[in-house]
Amino acid sequence: MEIWIVLVVIALIALFLVTTYNRLVTLRQRVREAWSDIDVQLKRRWDLIPNLVETVKGYAAHERGTFESVTQARSAAQAAAQTGSPEQRGQAESALGAALLNLRAVAEAYPQLQAVQEFKDLSENLRDTEDKIQFARRFYNGNVRDYNTALQTFPTNVLAGTFGFTSEQYFELADAAQRETPKVSFG
Amino acid sequence: MAVPPQRLSIYDAVAANRWRTVLLIAAFTVVVSVLAYVVGEYAAPGGGVAALPFAVGLSGVSAAGSYFAGDRLVLAQSRAREIGPKEETELRNIVGTLAVGLGIEPPKLYLIDDSAPNAFATGRDPKHASIAVTRGLLDKLDRQELEGVLAHEMSHVVNRDIRVMLLVTVLVGTVALLSDWMLRSMWWGGRRRDRDRGGAGAILVLVAIVLAILTPIVAQLIQLAVSRQREYLADASGALLTRYPPGLANALRKIAGDTEALEVANKATASLYIANPLKDDPKFFDRLFDTHPPIEERIRRLEAMA
Repeated sequence: MEIWIVLVVIALIALFLVTTYNRLVTLRQRVREAWSDIDVQLKRRWDLIPNLVETVKGYAAHERGTFESVTQARSAAQAAAQTGSPEQRGQAESALGAALLNLRAVAEAYPQLQAVQEFKDLSENLRDTEDKIQFARRFYNGNVRDYNTALQTFPTNVLAGTFGFTSEQYFELADAAQRETPKVSFG
Repeated sequence: MAVPPQRLSIYDAVAANRWRTVLLIAAFTVVVSVLAYVVGEYAAPGGGVAALPFAVGLSGVSAAGSYFAGDRLVLAQSRAREIGPKEETELRNIVGTLAVGLGIEPPKLYLIDDSAPNAFATGRDPKHASIAVTRGLLDKLDRQELEGVLAHEMSHVVNRDIRVMLLVTVLVGTVALLSDWMLRSMWWGGRRRDRDRGGAGAILVLVAIVLAILTPIVAQLIQLAVSRQREYLADASGALLTRYPPGLANALRKIAGDTEALEVANKATASLYIANPLKDDPKFFDRLFDTHPPIEERIRRLEAMA
């Protein structure tokens, strides 16, 4: 009789371990997939920059300082992507965003440039990409929050370390004009 | 550091909708079987039981048909055409951005050539989803309002509301069609037979009773599946996605203020749209089928979020 009780208890513990482990794997996988969404959009922004700089150069060749700071910020962001954590990448990409904002402010001063179709297309593309970066960031941070919460709540927190799960970093962009989260209530 | 965005758990909504799908198909099979039994018994004594396999077969085919091809049916009926990859860049960019925010593939986009502003989403899951908008929606709404409407529709996509709504539309449409057809054929057929032999009157009474029981059940079924709560939920998750509740609130105000009826919409497809496209004042009976909460209440809730 006792042997059965012991077996049932062991089976329950095994079941608990397996479901906990699988849930953490699923959550961590969601974080990774969301991160690759951000990565895609950030790369898309890098790819737009050389053409954008060339187009603006054609009309405002003497604004060299602005072009250089954009190009440097882009290289720094690419370097951060090679080695950096989400936090470091966030800082590098924020600097790039600020440099691009500056470039657009410079371009504003050249009315002929505003009329060029290629420039209009590039600006719209850049705007779309930056929107997508914002939304990808929200999706990623939401998934990180779910994963980190699971890691920190009892009883999962006891096992998470043993299984080798560690918390993930949020991706933050400093320069963006952020919209406030609406308060939702049902009732 | 900014506080990470607060999200409603879409996983709960997805699980609830999986149950609704199963319930809906089961209820549909029962209703069709009852109808078939009555028809069978009417045709010949003992024919009711013989008709049951056909009823189950018919239910299975209809359910599978609406699951796999219902979206194409609904889109074709609404005379929506697919938008090409180079057209309507702004719409495509907004949908692409929202899709990134939800971690899904962007749905296919369709255009209904009508000046009444409205939109709906359909399909069976985020990989097989379509969003249809009217020309009027694109013309009359600004970018933020359009973003609000599309975020609402994309919430229906991720919550799998689209699948439940599709099954409701096609299956309930089928039941309505069947009982309508039965009522007519028995009424006229029964009358003819009345002159030949007696007893048909009793069957007519029976049919009347069955239909009297059936119709409110069907209506209740729609209410159950298409709870108003889901519209509030889609409004709220849409607002959370865009971080800008006034966008959708203003869009709803514009859509409600527009007096034009959408010609391609009908009673079966009306509940798919973001706001009632028929613009009629529902009679008491129709109110049973009223699937959208009052638009003023939706706007009030959205404004309370800002």
